[in-house]
Amino acid sequence: MNLKLKIWRQKDAHDKGHFEEYHVENVSEGSSFLEMLDILNNDLIHSGKEPIAFDHDCREGICGMCSLFIDGRAHGPDDDITTCQLHMRKFKDGDTITIEPWRSKAFPVIKDLVVDRSAYDKILQAGGYISVNTGGVPDANAIPIPKKDADESMDAAACIGCGACVATCKNGSAMLFVAARVSSLALLPQGKVEAARRAKAMVAKMDELGFGGCTNTGACEAECPKGISIAHIARLNREFLCAKLKD
Amino acid sequence: MSKLWSSSIGKKLVMSLSGLFLIVFLLVHLAANLFYYGGPEAYNAMCAFMDTNPFIKIMVPVLALGFVIHIAWATVITLKNQTARPVKYKVQDLGKSSTWESRNMYVLGIIILGMLAWHLTHFWAEMQLQHFIGGEATDSPYELLVQTFANPVIAVLYIIWVIALWFHLRHGFWSAFQTIGLDNQIWIRRWQCAARVYAFIVAAGFISIPVSVLLIRCFGK
Repeated sequence: MNLKLKIWRQKDAHDKGHFEEYHVENVSEGSSFLEMLDILNNDLIHSGKEPIAFDHDCREGICGMCSLFIDGRAHGPDDDITTCQLHMRKFKDGDTITIEPWRSKAFPVIKDLVVDRSAYDKILQAGGYISVNTGGVPDANAIPIPKKDADESMDAAACIGCGACVATCKNGSAMLFVAARVSSLALLPQGKVEAARRAKAMVAKMDELGFGGCTNTGACEAECPKGISIAHIARLNREFLCAKLKD
Repeated sequence: MSKLWSSSIGKKLVMSLSGLFLIVFLLVHLAANLFYYGGPEAYNAMCAFMDTNPFIKIMVPVLALGFVIHIAWATVITLKNQTARPVKYKVQDLGKSSTWESRNMYVLGIIILGMLAWHLTHFWAEMQLQHFIGGEATDSPYELLVQTFANPVIAVLYIIWVIALWFHLRHGFWSAFQTIGLDNQIWIRRWQCAARVYAFIVAAGFISIPVSVLLIRCFGK
């Protein structure tokens, strides 16, 4: 298939940036979106031009590195996947595809389609951990945990920190990310101890870094490659409000 | 409670609690309006009760405060959220991931506020306000209602206004419980369903009155 691409080019963090048009030809429907960009970059390098910078790592949907806002949607026109899992069969021959970086004050563009997502690391450093050393792997039944709690915690822990929730939210809110981290720890005995402190510290850091507030549109859940539910945001609200009321 | 009210979640809590207060008010208002179907005597008696009841007198300024807080906080939150994305997307398709009303709550709020001022001049200014300022209130609120809605322009704009309110409530109702934290994976669907039911009842109830007035005017009783 042949495609026209409108891609955001930006030399560095200080450059104003602009869209540039490219044409790629003979792209296989079976290739992934990132492979299509690899083909384009190969052509650009061969013709002596600067290749397009974009984030990627594992290319199997678990590392959270690949980003891209494709035709108005985070990770493109498919559900519950990352960009590396998006295949070209989702597009039609002759399509024009617009590719933009994540847009958020807290995720500044470094180059082309690459953004700095270290704001997420800063939120995690503020409280997304357990302070005590929990030792080696305990015996399976040493600490009984209800199946429901274990399942919910695991669902929340599926967050890969890709930033699609922030990218797609009309307010650029990081609430789903923070909620997933708070939820996955608060549901388990080891994490419960610091649940109140954690919720307060992580929300304070999130606000400080310039993320917007949550207005419960649910767009984050719909675009999350791991399908993390906004019910976790309700738990974060509950944890945070209870912690603040006890202060 | 340090820094609760300045945090993003604290600000939303204010929206949620004031919103729930206004949700309860709408039910009381609707219940009062439905006395219209009891005829002039029932409707006028209800209005007289509202004018003289001390609880209602206390609640009028509280209600006004509820509106002011809801609108002021909405403005602060919306302006703050606008700053989180300084460079906008060239193409953004949110239609597949969220409902229209959830993305346009502030716009709907502005429509509701603008029409609210107009609505107050039609009824409240002629009725309860006169008791507060010692003026002459209308003799028959029922007649005032029928005459006002007999004007098709007013009736149609009123219906459009209530439709905006309908959409505002479809999101606002369940969103309030989500913000307080009274929500989980099971209740989220229940609250959303309750929101649709509540919003429909409120909208249908309010809209039914001007429609009834116009139908009676066109076709007689």
